[in-house]
Amino acid sequence: MSGSGLIDVIVNGAPKSLPAGTTVAALLIELGLGEKRVAVERNREVIPRAQHATTQLATGDRLELVTFVGGG
Amino acid sequence: MSTNDTWTLGKHTLTSRIIVGTGKYASLDETRAALAASGAEIVTVALRRVDLSSKEPTVLDAIDRKKYVLLPNTAGCYTADDAIRTLHLARELGMDELVKLEVIGDPKTLFPDNTATVEAAKRLVKEGFQVLPYCSDDLITCKRLEEAGCLAVMPLAAPIGSGLGIRNPHNIRLIIENVGIPVIVDAGVGTASDAAIAMELGCTAVLMNTGIAGAKHPVLMAEAMRLACDAGRKAFRAGRMPRKDYANASSPTAGLIE
Repeated sequence: MSGSGLIDVIVNGAPKSLPAGTTVAALLIELGLGEKRVAVERNREVIPRAQHATTQLATGDRLELVTFVGGG
Repeated sequence: MSTNDTWTLGKHTLTSRIIVGTGKYASLDETRAALAASGAEIVTVALRRVDLSSKEPTVLDAIDRKKYVLLPNTAGCYTADDAIRTLHLARELGMDELVKLEVIGDPKTLFPDNTATVEAAKRLVKEGFQVLPYCSDDLITCKRLEEAGCLAVMPLAAPIGSGLGIRNPHNIRLIIENVGIPVIVDAGVGTASDAAIAMELGCTAVLMNTGIAGAKHPVLMAEAMRLACDAGRKAFRAGRMPRKDYANASSPTAGLIE
């Protein structure tokens, strides 16, 4: 499905519906993470920040959005 | 004797002998104050999913990147693949090549899976990472990690978060004497004397988290740990007196009044 309708993806373990054609960059902005330091993995592959704006998501994509937390 | 006593880890020249974790503090203010009091130049962080339900500041807001080198860890990883995957994400977050590798073998003890750690270390070194592996206080494992190209080895003193101190100082000493890379005791330090003992044994540095964050007054303990690491290091460099079984008077035996 592309160009219209919705796609279903999993973001940090939770299902989410997005407009078809949504890019990684657009998803981060929608989640309020546009300015944050976040690393993105799609289907176990890191999407480098430079490709966020050009990487379109597809139905079934599993995304991990990660950052640093306190740890030892 | 020279007063200059720096050491190097990759491209970093370091004065401090303490590396501290950033977990388990009551607040980011306490984190910030404890890091400052510890004198650490390297601090560890973990990688986790972004909390999409919270807009609160994160640990990165508490760490001044100009003052501290961030050392991402692979805490919670049980396979070499998971650890490597985690460090790829850390690299994407803008870290340099320095990483703390831990591959856990068992949830109850958090003891490392040394075999998987060596395997992961080999692969990470090939990818250009500078690897600091958490491992058992086992000389042969440490030798294998050195051969794999690790920058240092980080044997545990006792289980992570246990505060039990240096359970086997003899093993730590054998590791120090038989590997050619820095030995950093990682895990198990519970109080200042534990850190001092590690340094007196000849460790290059000590890595701790709960020993500070779990104290009643973490910021004060951070300072105590800094002083202990310094004291232990100075005692090591000074070279302790030989142990003797019997007394040896400090005052002259001649010239006693009669």
